[in-house]
Amino acid sequence: MASILQYLVYGLQLGSVYALLALGYTMVYGIVRMLNVAHGDFLMIGAFGTYFISKLFTNMVVDGTYPVIAVVAIILIAMVLTGSIAVAVEAIAYRPLRNKPRMIALITAVGVSMFLENFPRALPFIGPNPRSFPTLFITEHFTVAGASVTNVQIIMIVFAIVTMTALYLVVNRTKIGSQMRAVSMDRDAALLMGVNVNQVISITFFVGGALAAVSGICYASAYPQVDVYMGSWLGNMSFVAAVLGGIGDIRGAMLGGFILGIAQILATAVNSTFGYAVGFIILIVILLVKPAGIMGKTTIEKV
Amino acid sequence: MKKVKSLYPALMVVIMYVAIMVLKEVRILNGYYIQVLMFAGINVMMTASLNLVNGFTGQYCIGHAGFMSLGAYGAAVVTTLIFGGKSGVPLLLQTPVFLLGLFVGGCCAALVGALIGIPSLKLKGDYLAIVTLAFGEIVRALLRLIQPIGGARGMIGIPNYANIGWILFFVALTLYLLRNLIYSPFGRAFVAIRDNEIAADAMGINTTKYKIMSFCIAAFIAGVAGGLYAHVLSFIQPDSFSIAKSNDFLVYLYAGGAGSLTGSIVGAVLLTVIPEVLRFLADWRLAVYAVVLVIVMLYRSEGLCGGYELPFLKITRGSLYGIEEPKKKLSFKKKKDA
Repeated sequence: MASILQYLVYGLQLGSVYALLALGYTMVYGIVRMLNVAHGDFLMIGAFGTYFISKLFTNMVVDGTYPVIAVVAIILIAMVLTGSIAVAVEAIAYRPLRNKPRMIALITAVGVSMFLENFPRALPFIGPNPRSFPTLFITEHFTVAGASVTNVQIIMIVFAIVTMTALYLVVNRTKIGSQMRAVSMDRDAALLMGVNVNQVISITFFVGGALAAVSGICYASAYPQVDVYMGSWLGNMSFVAAVLGGIGDIRGAMLGGFILGIAQILATAVNSTFGYAVGFIILIVILLVKPAGIMGKTTIEKV
Repeated sequence: MKKVKSLYPALMVVIMYVAIMVLKEVRILNGYYIQVLMFAGINVMMTASLNLVNGFTGQYCIGHAGFMSLGAYGAAVVTTLIFGGKSGVPLLLQTPVFLLGLFVGGCCAALVGALIGIPSLKLKGDYLAIVTLAFGEIVRALLRLIQPIGGARGMIGIPNYANIGWILFFVALTLYLLRNLIYSPFGRAFVAIRDNEIAADAMGINTTKYKIMSFCIAAFIAGVAGGLYAHVLSFIQPDSFSIAKSNDFLVYLYAGGAGSLTGSIVGAVLLTVIPEVLRFLADWRLAVYAVVLVIVMLYRSEGLCGGYELPFLKITRGSLYGIEEPKKKLSFKKKKDA
């Protein structure tokens, strides 16, 4: 029983990484209707950004770790940096293709993803070798009902849930949120109503990139290693999570992320290869039962 | 005269083969170049078959490497495990065994292709795409679990039966069959589904049947290509057929031009050769390749050969769109545009 609880903790930890990344996927899909394959690489940029920014703050290190204010500053700078890169990617590579067939945008995203992985790899000060991630939080262990929990895990899970709630409220209660929903429903009509579509899309990419940076920091704090290819498989899994929950739906992304994280950890406990495949099997089963994902609305196709 | 003209493409293949052999003899082409050419040929087969699903039937398959891996493993199991590799087969029987292996590999892939076609009854667009991607990854995970075929370590000692001649033959055969299929009533049904599924349904086309058929045929060709791949490299492992590989084929297809067999050839050959040519850039190679790809997509988003087809890759009795092919004057103009 205790070990099941332990797996659950690990599952929630991994799930919160997936969920944060899936939020970005789902928002971009909801608004631009494109699968941004390069989204996982924003996670890598966030993690690497944090690595280099924390190097700048090294003179603030006390007892092998950073003071809270420095940690907050590092995370915020990394979020803004990654968000800006996401906005730049959208403006350079995706905006010109907005009215083209969606597969074209997907291929461009594959190209962007290759660039984001291989450009840092070629840069001499980053390179292909993994780096060890600095400790931003001192790990403390607690024992809850026989399962060991660390404060990093709690921070991650709480942060993921808080972010999701905040994002849900922003999308549903604020002006920019209603603009986002308007663009998502009908871009041309939104344009006619005076919504600045380009700005809304840029903001969406910024938020997606910033969340990817946070999930990158979470992931790298839990598994303290960063390399240029870390984003690709995490990106794939969180993409599955977003679809599982119903792509385009914020609550769905969160739910999908946690389901996938827990299922993957439980299955990995049985067999490590099976752990990777189980997410895809769940995905196919759910899509066969509910073709638009758990929370997704089935749309009726009109001629 | 017309009879003679229809033999030109076959003649071209023979000339290409002879040219490659001569260049090999005079040592302009070394083994490395030949291998790059062989992979280019396999990629042409993969891209052309993907074109049938994505470009002509309008479905989204983004896990094509899954079919390739099934074919590679199917063929390798036949030639290596059942017939005991190169030493187990007398010289005379090697070709039949090789062909049998390729056929079995193709059939394995086609069978699963039919299975994948079934969700396509319910799912559309992006969701179908994701199911195909998930399928590719599940196949990879399962292959890693099966120990008799080497598990995650992969299979070694596969006889290297496939040479440049076989590859050329199969590429030519694939293109010939696909061309004839696309300009047949079946092909028209595929294109009708792509252009408007509901309208196609209303016109009495059994969309389910044709969608599954398109997946099956594409999977079969991908399986044969996978079999060739296994017999070129002599070594296969599940991880070489990952999402990255599937993405490669998508890139070849759309950079070359979806819905054009010429595009599949140009895209696959060019984008297989470019990374090899860029080897002098060392670490910057893939970054430059990615930039080239993005620029192509931005400035020519219909693909390099989008909307253009080489004369011997189309049948000019009527065009794809059911309209009579324009008169000679017009078709000349069309070429100038492309």
